[in-house]
Amino acid sequence: MAILDKLLRRNTMSEVATAIEVNCATGEVTERPLTAAEITQREADAVAYAAKKAEEDAKAASDAVAKDALLTKLGITADEAKLLLA
Amino acid sequence: MTTSWTAIASVTVGVLGTSSIDFTSIPGTYTDLCLKTSLRTNGVGAVTYAFMGMTANGTTSGYSDIHLIGNGSGAGSFSNTGAASYRQSIITNNSIGTANTFSNVDVYIPNYAGSANKSISVDAVNENNGTGAYAILSGNLLSNTSAITSLSIFQLDAQTILQYSTATLFGIKNT
Repeated sequence: MAILDKLLRRNTMSEVATAIEVNCATGEVTERPLTAAEITQREADAVAYAAKKAEEDAKAASDAVAKDALLTKLGITADEAKLLLA
Repeated sequence: MTTSWTAIASVTVGVLGTSSIDFTSIPGTYTDLCLKTSLRTNGVGAVTYAFMGMTANGTTSGYSDIHLIGNGSGAGSFSNTGAASYRQSIITNNSIGTANTFSNVDVYIPNYAGSANKSISVDAVNENNGTGAYAILSGNLLSNTSAITSLSIFQLDAQTILQYSTATLFGIKNT
């Protein structure tokens, strides 16, 4: 939950998580606290999204290392590789 | 054929910010919907943008998406399956970016009241007075055949949507 704690600590604009709800049938706009279910879902979404971002960052870093290793193996620069592929 | 656009509802976020913007009781009398947003949010990390999620009817499963993205120096694509929302299509400006700037996003929702699965398309950009601002074109699918009667947008990092952000829902009718 460390990631979630970090996320929520930065959420400083409002003490209570709220939703602005507009009823399209009546035009009435209300601001209400999130329900317990909504808070749980929001936390789950944030954790899932943080995990996905971490996975993508790790893959990008891994791909960059592999690319550098391949360029070294071939003895060419990134610009020269672009020329080959153009 | 005549196409008419009607602003069904519009929200401007107040000084305290909000966690989500919800449109409820959306009438089923239009052909399509279009949600236009101008957003700025708190963010996580040293980037000038963040992504929003959007759910329909409170549904939190069965979403998939595919995206083309460019930032002025590079381009790429990515996709999600099994997501809990229409994810990473609606972009927002992070509060560490250029002051007083907001993202611009069009979400088009065709046949929202029909009985087919609910696909949407999204055309989105964030704004940044500097190198690196993102443009995204997305196609998203919710594998659920229920008519859309409510929409909720929120920041995927569980951050606050900031003051002066706006969201306007249009109904489009072909006659």
